[in-house]
Amino acid sequence: MPLITYRKALNDALAEELLRDENVVLLGEEVAEYNGAYKVTEGLWARFGSKRVVDTPISEAGFVGMAVGASMLGIRPVVELMFWSFSYVTFDQIINNAGCVRYMSGGQIACPIVIRGPANGGTNVGATHSHTPENFLANTPGLKVVCPATAYDAKGLMKAAIRDNDPVMFMENTLLYGEQWEVPEEEYLIPIGVADVKREGTDISLIAHGRAVLTCLKAAEILQAQHGISAEVVDLRSIRPLDEETLLASVRKTHRAVLVEENKPFCGVDAQIASLIQEKAFDELDAPIQRISALDAPAIYSPPLEKLQLPTPDRVVQKALSIC
Amino acid sequence: MMEAESRSFADAEINRCLTPEEKIQFLRQMFRIRRFEQTSLKAYNAGKMGGFLHLYTGQESVAVATISLLGENDHVITAYRDHGHALVCGMEMGECMAEFFGKATGSSKGKGGSMHLFAPDKRYWGGHGIVAGQTPLGLGIAYALKYKGIRGCCLCYLGDGAVNQGVFHESLNLASLMSLPVIYIIENNGYSMGTSLARSSAFKQMLAQRAEGYNIPWDHANGENIYEMRVKTQAAIERAHEESRPTVLEIATYRYYGHSVADANARKYRTPEEIEHYKTYHDPLRLWQKRLVDEGILTEEQADAIDHEARAEAEVASRFADESPFPTEADIFTDVYSEVDQPVGDGPHGTYFFN
Repeated sequence: MPLITYRKALNDALAEELLRDENVVLLGEEVAEYNGAYKVTEGLWARFGSKRVVDTPISEAGFVGMAVGASMLGIRPVVELMFWSFSYVTFDQIINNAGCVRYMSGGQIACPIVIRGPANGGTNVGATHSHTPENFLANTPGLKVVCPATAYDAKGLMKAAIRDNDPVMFMENTLLYGEQWEVPEEEYLIPIGVADVKREGTDISLIAHGRAVLTCLKAAEILQAQHGISAEVVDLRSIRPLDEETLLASVRKTHRAVLVEENKPFCGVDAQIASLIQEKAFDELDAPIQRISALDAPAIYSPPLEKLQLPTPDRVVQKALSIC
Repeated sequence: MMEAESRSFADAEINRCLTPEEKIQFLRQMFRIRRFEQTSLKAYNAGKMGGFLHLYTGQESVAVATISLLGENDHVITAYRDHGHALVCGMEMGECMAEFFGKATGSSKGKGGSMHLFAPDKRYWGGHGIVAGQTPLGLGIAYALKYKGIRGCCLCYLGDGAVNQGVFHESLNLASLMSLPVIYIIENNGYSMGTSLARSSAFKQMLAQRAEGYNIPWDHANGENIYEMRVKTQAAIERAHEESRPTVLEIATYRYYGHSVADANARKYRTPEEIEHYKTYHDPLRLWQKRLVDEGILTEEQADAIDHEARAEAEVASRFADESPFPTEADIFTDVYSEVDQPVGDGPHGTYFFN
């Protein structure tokens, strides 16, 4: 199986879907002639032309709203936000329009839109460019939220997201764009709402989404090598819908859980996961659920400190040891 | 001078081709909106519905005149003062009234309320509650038409209070930049909720003049004059159809009631005399009825009969709404996700609702 980058996996998914369905159109700042601020759309404008790959001005509320409107008539826009942090200037369009139009019309109007882009800290760009709004968006019934951690997942989930008839918020990570994974050449889709056990284990469940999954995989190696602890790593992949069965099955197997996310802790995704586990698997727990999130302050700029602000393998190991 | 101008609108080709029946239909539509809203207000005061009710009373001629020009590929979207547009686009009084009552027979099954009337099968896309939030959606409808190579346009209505929202300006920029067939119709009723035009907007002559900054043609029309509105809207539609270019059209109008019926200060930010003056001298129904009588195509008795029919239709709608069932508790969770209601393949996967 060829090794390709997370970026290339997304690029391939977009190209395949542009080819498959003439109603798919890519829109966003610098996605066409500039080849993408992070090169995710590289080569697509040259290949598919200006009708299918469209540069927009810096005007998120305008072009996200426009894409929502176009989707109501059956266009399938894939809108790039250069950073998910910029979604904050178009929240009305995402939440009130994309998120509510199906419901408020009594199911008469579908909104098959994908909004995608990086949502991560850790790149020394300061608080305003480092937001991770998966918790905010998953709080809106009507929206779907996915956070792929690998190139394989990114490709399969992107293709599923574009074919989905509901609005999908697709959160990538600039620190992963250059990382490589094995990705098959033949076509595949990953259904939204299915988690993935990235590493089997028996003693403790490390439950994560996005880049935190990779942090957990490193921590699992350390736990095994240095402490003889067998950690299972569950990648949620999709925040809403959420694959409760897979994560609860893991907890029922290991009886211990550490929840890891790069989101902030207060009302973070893992607050919901912790609530769910205590409600549905309380008797299976041999220890309190533990959480590790980004340290609870705006993303600091200072490069060495910012590295400490996000969950590290070492913090995951220490937290795991505290309950093993 | 004004009379001469008024005559020239009446004599314009787009109006000369109107049949007497079509002109009478405009009156019928205005009566239907007014009697529907009066009946809904009565029901509101009787506690039959919740929330807001943004009455269009006084502005009826705007929806009637502008929508009268639309063809099979032309679309409509508006804000929350949406009752008139909905009825003129062909929605039934019963489904609208039932929606107001929160009933399962409502156009949105009781899930939207009065601000959120939709009929995509009639190319009517709502009914949107956030001021100016619909302005990029109208743009997107125009984008989709152009993308699909369909010769059509989207009439996107907004109030004078919406012109100061950033997203409207973003929409204007995109409309001109991308050359999209969207027509923004500013229904200027003089008040954004309780704040008068003078206290809310900075402008030179007209709000629509802001379009100049985006290289978009603009015009203005008197909302009392159906002929004038049709002439000016038709020019915008032709521009959209022929050149795929946007237009901003400002129409001067007036609402008799408060911002919504829950507007506690409805009679404080303007004088009762002002409201009476409009009702007496500028009422669009009265003016159109008089014109039709003057043109010799309608008698007062026939007008009364049309009014009577509209009242009766509204009463039937109100009874239908009243007698309809409420949605069930299970209905709370339908129409949220398409994937849940109409699964594709082996879906849906995972948990969608967290109760």
